[in-house]
Amino acid sequence: MEAEGRLPGPPLHTPSPGGGGGAGADSDPDPPAGAPDAARGPLLAAAEVLSLDDEEDDLEVFSKDTSLAEVNSFSPSMPISPSSMINQYKFEDEPELRDLFITVDDPESHITAIETFITYRVVTKTSRGEFDSSEYEVRRRYQDFLWLKSKLEEAHPTLIIPPLPEKFIMKGMVERFSDEFIETRRKALHKFLNRIADHPTLTFNEDFKIFLTAQAWELSSHKKQGPGLLSRMGQTVRAVASSVRGGVKNRPEMFTEMNHYMETFSQKIIVLDKIAHRIYKEEREYFNEMKEYGPIHTLWSASEEDIADSLKGVASCIDKCCKATEKRMAGLLENLLPILHEYVLYSEILMGVLKRRDQIQGELDSKVDALANKKTEKDLFSEEIGKLEDKVECANNALKADWDRWKQNMQCDMRSTFTSVAENNLHYYEECLATWESFLASQTVHPHVEEDSEDRP
Amino acid sequence: MEDCLAKKMEITVSEAEKRTGRNAMNIQETYTAYLIETRAVESQSEGQCAPVDSLWRRYSEFELLRNYLSVTYPHIVVPPLPEKRADFVWHKLSADNMDPDFVERRRIGLENFLLRVASHPILCQDKIFYLFLTQEGGWKEMVNETGFQLKADSRLKALNATFRVKNPDKRFTELKHYSDELQSVISHLLRVRARVADRLYGVYKVHGNYGRVFSEWSAIEKEMGDGLQSAGHHMDVYAASIDDILEEEEHYADQLKEYLFYAEALRAVCRKHELMQYDLEMAAQDLTSKKQQCEELATGTVRTFSLKGMTSKLFGQETPEQREAKLKVLEEQIQEGEEQLKSKNLEGRDFVKSAWADIERFKEQKNHDLKEALISYAVMQISMCKKGIQVWTNAKECFSKM
Repeated sequence: MEAEGRLPGPPLHTPSPGGGGGAGADSDPDPPAGAPDAARGPLLAAAEVLSLDDEEDDLEVFSKDTSLAEVNSFSPSMPISPSSMINQYKFEDEPELRDLFITVDDPESHITAIETFITYRVVTKTSRGEFDSSEYEVRRRYQDFLWLKSKLEEAHPTLIIPPLPEKFIMKGMVERFSDEFIETRRKALHKFLNRIADHPTLTFNEDFKIFLTAQAWELSSHKKQGPGLLSRMGQTVRAVASSVRGGVKNRPEMFTEMNHYMETFSQKIIVLDKIAHRIYKEEREYFNEMKEYGPIHTLWSASEEDIADSLKGVASCIDKCCKATEKRMAGLLENLLPILHEYVLYSEILMGVLKRRDQIQGELDSKVDALANKKTEKDLFSEEIGKLEDKVECANNALKADWDRWKQNMQCDMRSTFTSVAENNLHYYEECLATWESFLASQTVHPHVEEDSEDRP
Repeated sequence: MEDCLAKKMEITVSEAEKRTGRNAMNIQETYTAYLIETRAVESQSEGQCAPVDSLWRRYSEFELLRNYLSVTYPHIVVPPLPEKRADFVWHKLSADNMDPDFVERRRIGLENFLLRVASHPILCQDKIFYLFLTQEGGWKEMVNETGFQLKADSRLKALNATFRVKNPDKRFTELKHYSDELQSVISHLLRVRARVADRLYGVYKVHGNYGRVFSEWSAIEKEMGDGLQSAGHHMDVYAASIDDILEEEEHYADQLKEYLFYAEALRAVCRKHELMQYDLEMAAQDLTSKKQQCEELATGTVRTFSLKGMTSKLFGQETPEQREAKLKVLEEQIQEGEEQLKSKNLEGRDFVKSAWADIERFKEQKNHDLKEALISYAVMQISMCKKGIQVWTNAKECFSKM
């Protein structure tokens, strides 16, 4: 792990949080082999309209609308396999590099006179010196996570703070406190804290430490300290004001490229999220129909003699395939859907980070412009400008480093997630294949046995 | 089976053609005509290929043929025609009779029908059937000349009319029950299969969306670009593969449909038997009552209440001459009735014997065909799984290189 307090420079061996196993350790990415020509510069995808092929016109057209309207993929009857929980707890990283282990579990409902809310248990195990103890257990509610996120954003405006799950799902069929919803949120909160723990800078943030270790009353009193709401609002107002004017015209090329990249990435990831949800929905509908399909064959076998066994065989195959498809669906729900959703949120975050960098630049630019106009109080201004120049340089470096790190992690996450989707589908087809092949073998063997059975009453 | 027509003659329904013409009411209509080609099967030693004869028939002529066969051979489970209108369709298939896919499947169904009839030991010997295959003009008139419509019992058309049979043949009752069950279960199966096909189509096709998005995304990525692009291609292949898969499955559905309609034919034989039995019992009943009347007239005792009896009591009895005349008529009727009953009984026994022979033949055929169909379904599923494995193996490789 990087030394404490070091400004984030170019990433060294950055571990990938919750990402692919082991592959994240590459510090020097291989030169792209045969990369598409257009990859170097920004590819403006703004003009693209996603239209579907003619044969797919029964499927909905995926628009650029970023509303979360499509999140209706959670069926209350879908069991989440216990093994997936284990995966969430398993750290794909080399354990030797980590010295902070966090789990989020055990959601509990609290009912007071005013409100009902859920708290989650946050368990921290650490060997770090700056922690007084090696193990902590605290209870946190969603509000507390929001607080932590905003503190981190405040302290590190141009670092990429991991996404939090949304407050609530808008048009979904999910009840606010349904088990489904709580479980999804729990997993996302777990991921959130772990991503912070894996971040070379954020992991040493003081508020983070307090979040992990403070008892409820300690946290409340700590929250009350620090810049008040009004001053925070003032900061935002100033930031917005300066963003309106500046930060863009003097923007280094690198960040313009990042912006263009994020615009396209953002579009694509949103569409992918919708596609994944749609696939889940279709698979669930298929599963529902399949459930009825097998039993009909069994029913039929009751009126037959000679072909009863064949019919029962087919019924059993269909039932087994049905179960296999259920597993496939579960895989999607555990792996692909959460990751894509996380990166949808990430793309918003990244656009925000880029904006904040522009704002910081804007502050500098407006002061420089003012100096050019004023000519008096030169010394005072130049000191201020010097500070702002430092601020901009820090911000840019921080963002650059974090960007590279983020991209690497993203690549890792995508690779491992999609690979596991492919594996999931492979297992599904292999299972079905085995079932049908064994049925076929049973039908084409022992013709003599069949003749005997005809004689039996 | 050695003498059946199918062995001596190659029969195919090789083409389908849209035609327009004027129908019986002089209204313009569009219909499809089917080309029937026949060729005598030459023995190998001759080494020569016999010439192909051909003629065109439309669906309504097939229907006429089948009606004729059903009426002329009431004890035979007559092979069914393919459906008149597309039923049990899932959304992608058209329910339109003019749709080329439907026409194609119907062509195959009609060929199958002809082959079934030609392989049937009794039906294949029918003259009208032979002429259907070989003589285009004037065939309709010939069929009508047989007068088969007169033989057709209109009571059979009332499918739901029940005839209260006092001594039903248990075997036929069971068979009728079986045919009802078969119809019900196969149509249920076909309905669900269509819905499953619909859903499966959806799953595959949505994956096609990956292809385009991956491709667009790959343009902004340096290292991930290649993997994404090629994975996208495999997703396109996956999405496209469902069309062939479901087309093949359609043939399986058609095989089941044939037996759905066969169940109807089976039921028809049971109904005919029922009707026969009913007529027999009615005739026997009639005979019994006439005999009773005879006895009453002869002995003068009124055992059962009858209006005639009452009126004769009220208004005086008949003259001996009148009674004599009535008795004579009745005796004649009884004589007739007894002969009829005897022949009906014989008819009935013959019917049962030949019907049951054909039913046994049908059962064997059905068991064999359905088992084969189920096996072919398994083969299709296996093929689909193998294709899936291939695509996802390729995709996995691409993803792992991202």
